[in-house]
Amino acid sequence: MMRAGWQRWVCYLSLALSVLLLLLPLPDALRPLRPWWPALVLLYWVLEAPDRVGLGTAFVTGLAADVLAGALLGDQALRLLVVVFLAQRFRARLRFFPIPQQSAAVLLLLLNDSLLRWLIRAFAGMSPPPPLAWMAPLVGAALWPFVFLLLDASRARLRAREP
Amino acid sequence: MALSRDGSPGWSAVGGGGTLRLAAYLLLAGALMMLDHRNAWLPRLRAASALLVQPLWRLAGAPAQWYEDARQHLASQASLRAENGKLRDALLLANVRIARMQALVRQNDQLKRLLDAAETLRMQGQLARVIDIDLDPYRRRIVIDRGARQGVHIGQPVVDAHGVMGQVIEVLPDTAVVLLVTDPSAALPVLDARSGVRALAYGSGHGDQLELPNLAINADVRVGDELLSSGLGGRFPAGFPVARVTALTPDRSGSYLRVAARPLAHLNRSDHVLLLRDLAEPVGPPPPASRVGPPAMLQGPAGAASVPVAAPSRARGGAGA
Repeated sequence: MMRAGWQRWVCYLSLALSVLLLLLPLPDALRPLRPWWPALVLLYWVLEAPDRVGLGTAFVTGLAADVLAGALLGDQALRLLVVVFLAQRFRARLRFFPIPQQSAAVLLLLLNDSLLRWLIRAFAGMSPPPPLAWMAPLVGAALWPFVFLLLDASRARLRAREP
Repeated sequence: MALSRDGSPGWSAVGGGGTLRLAAYLLLAGALMMLDHRNAWLPRLRAASALLVQPLWRLAGAPAQWYEDARQHLASQASLRAENGKLRDALLLANVRIARMQALVRQNDQLKRLLDAAETLRMQGQLARVIDIDLDPYRRRIVIDRGARQGVHIGQPVVDAHGVMGQVIEVLPDTAVVLLVTDPSAALPVLDARSGVRALAYGSGHGDQLELPNLAINADVRVGDELLSSGLGGRFPAGFPVARVTALTPDRSGSYLRVAARPLAHLNRSDHVLLLRDLAEPVGPPPPASRVGPPAMLQGPAGAASVPVAAPSRARGGAGA
């Protein structure tokens, strides 16, 4: 019972941090390369705690990110839904991939998301993202092992502290 | 049962109910985007959740602030001394300039009073600090730490020591969002300080650049020209430096000129910005003419109208040259 409570807090805290990371200032040149943190964190939780994190969590996280960033309400919510849904679909396989292979899968998911973002922006009549933004999925995939290990370690530590 | 849930039936459970839920959520997200796009829901939602959003913005900006504070504390004494000396020089220079400017202002005031100009061009401003966070990487906006409670309102121009930065587009109780001149949706009426050619400067969205897309091919614009705000449209006061022309290219048809310009304001480096507050609009009948200066019948009809408008830009041009 307590363990579930702890885990829930780690989960929500990590999601909140991932949304805040989106706001962290970066140098101008690196800005388009900013990895999409909420997607990475959500992916971890979908793989590890599928009964806690699902489409609803993705939607709420996306809405929070949208309200904070103020670009288009529902944009990130929709894209996170797609990412999480695909991850749920292939969870049985993704979960047992070795980490490099998981990174490749994350790359595919994020590339698919870049395409979706491009479409959404085109439909909403906003300026298309700069060409460099297509490289952001690579950064995200490269960071996946670290996100995975960090979240795994923090979860394991909390679990060990529990009696 | 437990085994089969882990196996293929679990797959179908995700596939069946999951797809339905996905469809529902996707519809919801799509509807939100549509409504936001049409009715601009997001600013209203943000204003409503300002109590929640503002602390988060501050929180996200805090690491940059700490870094800056730490850097300042750790700056070595030598660099401080050097900086001190430089600042002393700059202060001396600035004081000399101020003295000169004061003389000019006094002279200007006298001339204006002579010309029966009812109000002197007085600018009120409010200092604000930039909260260092990135909102949307494809738009050029900044967040400042002054909001509705400090009297900020939408449309207020924002400048720094070097030129026009942008204008306020969104106001929360204690913060405000400023649209920079380089944002793709920003447009600003400008004036070539050398030739007087008028144009609209649009933000290019990529990099630190402005574009003047539709100038005639024979327009008198050269690389290195300074662009001032023209004051047309009434948003920005006239005569503030905006940008310097960096490149001229004819467009594909050969009948228009694409002008690229670099903003003079330090859009990325500014820490403090100045919010300009325009004078209150006079309400009611105009005040009676003052008795100072030559009688109205002696001054030309054009003189009274054109001189107050042209004076600031001419003074700027003179100071810059």
